[in-house]
Amino acid sequence: MTDTIFAPATAAGRAAVAVVRISGPDTQRVLKALARRLPAPRVAGLRRLAHAGATLDEALVLWFPGPGSYTGEDAAEFHLHGGPAVVDAVIEALSAAGLRLAEPGEFTRRAFEHGRLDLAQAEAVADLIDAETKAQSAQALAQLGGALTKRYDAWRGALIEALAQLEAAIDFPDEELPEDVASGALAPLERLRRELAAALGDADRGRRIREGYRVAIIGAPNAGKSTLLNALAGRDAAIVTPIAGTTRDVIEVPLILAGYKILLADMAGLRDTADVVEAEGVRRARAWAEDADLRLWVVDASRSDGEWRHAADLVRPGDLLVLNKSDLPPGADAAAVEGSERLAISLSDPAGAQPARAWLEARLIRDLAAAEFPAATRLRHGQHLVEALGHVDRALVGLATHHEAELAAEDVRLAARSLARVTGAIDAEQILDRVFSSFCIGK
Amino acid sequence: MLCVPFLKLDAALSSAYMARLLHLGGSVPDTWDVIVIGGGHAGCEAAAAAARFGARTLLLTHKVETIGEMSCNPAIGGLGKGHLVREIDALDGLMGRLADESGIQFRLLNRSKGPAVRGPRAQIDRALYRAAMQREVLNHANLDVIAAAVEDLILEDGHVAGVTGADGQAFRASAVVLTTGTFLKGVIHRGEERTPAGRVGEAPAIGLSDRLYGSGFKMGRLKTGTPARLVASSIAWDGLEMQPGDDPPSPFSFMTGSIDRPQVQCGVTYTNAETHRIIAERLSESAVYGGRATGRGPRYCPSIEDKVVRFADKSSHQIFLEPEGLTDDTVYPNGVSTSVSAETQDLFLRTIPGLENVVVRRYGYAIEYDYVDPRELSPTLEAKRLPGLYLAGQINGTTGYEEAAAQGLVAGLNAARAAGGSAPAVFARDEAYIGVLIDDLVTRGVTEPYRMFTSRAEFRLTLRADNADQRLTRRGMDLGIVGPARQDAFTAKETALAAARTRARALSLTPQEAQRAGLKINADGRRRDLIQLLNHKGVSFDLLAGIWPEIATWAPEVREQVTIDATYDGYLARQAADVEAFRRDEDLRLPADLDYAAVGSLSNEVREKLTAVRPLTIGQAARVEGVSPGAITALLGHVRRSIAA
Repeated sequence: MTDTIFAPATAAGRAAVAVVRISGPDTQRVLKALARRLPAPRVAGLRRLAHAGATLDEALVLWFPGPGSYTGEDAAEFHLHGGPAVVDAVIEALSAAGLRLAEPGEFTRRAFEHGRLDLAQAEAVADLIDAETKAQSAQALAQLGGALTKRYDAWRGALIEALAQLEAAIDFPDEELPEDVASGALAPLERLRRELAAALGDADRGRRIREGYRVAIIGAPNAGKSTLLNALAGRDAAIVTPIAGTTRDVIEVPLILAGYKILLADMAGLRDTADVVEAEGVRRARAWAEDADLRLWVVDASRSDGEWRHAADLVRPGDLLVLNKSDLPPGADAAAVEGSERLAISLSDPAGAQPARAWLEARLIRDLAAAEFPAATRLRHGQHLVEALGHVDRALVGLATHHEAELAAEDVRLAARSLARVTGAIDAEQILDRVFSSFCIGK
Repeated sequence: MLCVPFLKLDAALSSAYMARLLHLGGSVPDTWDVIVIGGGHAGCEAAAAAARFGARTLLLTHKVETIGEMSCNPAIGGLGKGHLVREIDALDGLMGRLADESGIQFRLLNRSKGPAVRGPRAQIDRALYRAAMQREVLNHANLDVIAAAVEDLILEDGHVAGVTGADGQAFRASAVVLTTGTFLKGVIHRGEERTPAGRVGEAPAIGLSDRLYGSGFKMGRLKTGTPARLVASSIAWDGLEMQPGDDPPSPFSFMTGSIDRPQVQCGVTYTNAETHRIIAERLSESAVYGGRATGRGPRYCPSIEDKVVRFADKSSHQIFLEPEGLTDDTVYPNGVSTSVSAETQDLFLRTIPGLENVVVRRYGYAIEYDYVDPRELSPTLEAKRLPGLYLAGQINGTTGYEEAAAQGLVAGLNAARAAGGSAPAVFARDEAYIGVLIDDLVTRGVTEPYRMFTSRAEFRLTLRADNADQRLTRRGMDLGIVGPARQDAFTAKETALAAARTRARALSLTPQEAQRAGLKINADGRRRDLIQLLNHKGVSFDLLAGIWPEIATWAPEVREQVTIDATYDGYLARQAADVEAFRRDEDLRLPADLDYAAVGSLSNEVREKLTAVRPLTIGQAARVEGVSPGAITALLGHVRRSIAA
């Protein structure tokens, strides 16, 4: 028999109100034992909670009969006074009644098992709880509402349409079908390829919103990277000295800009060095910068030593070249360095970072705001999109060159399966283990 | 295509009460290991499989003369169906060999497409097929045939222990296979006429059907139809397009060397606007459109009334005129099944080119019947409610000779194994279309007469007609149903093939060597073996035989297999990985006594569905309709906890 679980739904510690949730077949029995009378379904009722002759609290009680509850089971909530002693007493009473403290994520897992949420929606619950910015919560809410699932379902529809054409050609050769019915698969597959390719171009957006947009500050030692970080962060997160090579490790600072979460990273200046510790710092800096969504390349415009060259290979189109110390007479480096987007600033001025902040905000809005829901909010979504696109490409090539309907059909089926892995329509086991092991939600 | 009545409309029935004993020298036993009821395609294959296994088997049929009757269209095979026939043959069943013996026009469908989707099909001479089938079952070791009507099952301790005949005689056995087609509440519709299909001579079947209804089996209702049969000499063949068979014909059976019987052509003609006008005007005569029939008909095989209504924009529909035999002047017009009145059938048929003066031998009709929801069965086709009873064929909601025969083989084999105390034999979806068929039936049930298609097989590239023997004959040998002649032939081919495949991976060329030999291969420095070379467009087996003369000596069937390996190189490797993943779920067995009420987090709907099907594995559970990945997670969690406990 399934057991009945409970867990505090609010953070531990003193608070005005603490919520404890219950879900499972024993909910009704326990409610009656503690509160004597059930409130009307989904309507808060004030009840005196008592156990073993002692009053525990005067609390609001909510009763959610299954299967219409969040978990799909009978469920309830106690809204208690938020003192730790009150919460502890209620927890003790629930344990004494034979209930079990829920595992992390167990409420959502039960909702998933009952078919109340699909996989993408269950992921969205986790995201919603972790959301720090409006953009994050808006994305998670849309995903919870089925926005992601809807996009994938539309694509699966196209795959089914294509398969129908191919299978008709295969299974009904003696019927009066239109000439070369298999080529009817071309149109939906081509449409799908375009959409998948566009979605993949956009695949990083969902992850960037969810996990934070990663911005690396790179450049030669003493170019002003740490100063830029501190100016953008509005606090002294990194140690700033005139000594080159002060920053050794990668310093990550989470910030909210234009409503989006960003991870701003200061790091070791890039140069050739014999110092073992500094060399490791350079290696880490390069690795972080490679994976970042954007690099701010800080160059000291007053210098002429060519040290900027050590960072040049990391820079990609779209990155920003920040020419610092523009208040000083320009050196040869300012003219030598090349960057498509460049911004001259002076960080010796307290407001000097403002143009950089404005530029960053504009960039975030350009990259992250779009009308359409992103097709991938996690890395695994993007991987399955890549797989699906590969299968669709292969099916198209096969159809165009060899007219091998059965191989094209095989590729289309594989594409359908890749997409289904995102919304959890098939192939449970492996993904589920991974998804639920990374879950920590619902309490 | 369409397939109806196992019972004949207008055949005079012999006295079914007169039990006729055949081939029972001396004393008459009253106990067998397995009893098979019904002499149709399921029944014959069931009886033969049980007998091959070594079980003492009894086939009970109304009439010996109708054993092996093709009561519907005179053809065997097709896409998916042809695959089934090849698999039945690989397991040493009857259908493939007998179809080869009596086939009068062979066509390999999809010849221009890849080997995985080529389906062998043949027009069959019905009289020859029937005679061949009767010869087989009446002369089969371990197999007795008695003409008798069956009144009821004998039950002992809730287990089926035999059957009683109409005259009260007991036939005892530890397993009974029921293959009685559409006998449950059958109603025939033609125009306004309605005829109960269980008629005077078949009255005893009422007892048997009462037993099934009384045991609480869930039933459903289906409908199907058949066209009029035409007199060949009344057809103006001269003006018609004719369709010849393949030359040379490719046989069904791995044991058939060549097809030597004279071959015929089929005619092709079309309906027209006038045909459609007549049908549209008289639509209310039809059983469905008149509202008299409620059963679900097959979407893939609509009546001409359905075609006229649902595809109103089509001005003509194709009809194949299929001869029913070399000496039989009956023609089966494939494509115009109907249930309008006889008068209307004459009228619309005569609007069709070639049929202006056609004489109808027997008018078409629709038939409705009850079937047993196959989710009542385990994958051995044994009834969960009545252990010892196996059901096969149309009674399980399928249509078609091939689907019936495949189920018959599995039911007969399992009945015999159960009788002899051997483990059940279940074919999986990754092994055979037979496995796909039975898994679909017992896991998902049916909503229309079930017919096999290649698209039902997720491992289609692996489950090919050409490799049915490699997939199944060794398995059949282990299961004890493959005779010595086939064992020898198979073992020889298996050895030659294994040697050839090893050589094919050993023989290889660098791009430079290939170019010197005249092959167009990218100069990418990659050495390619024979399979990889053969996978290149424009590289043929003969071309490679010029480089490696030894491969020219490979037997044609070996050469064919190696070429197919090359065609699907890559795809087959990936499918093998898929099969492995599939296997993991299939190997996760669910306890037979699993209490679904005790599995937490299942909605009532899912719980009811799983309780009805009682899947044997997690894989099967996931295929039950409406079972979500979430429910599977819950099930997995429950089973793991119970194992750990």
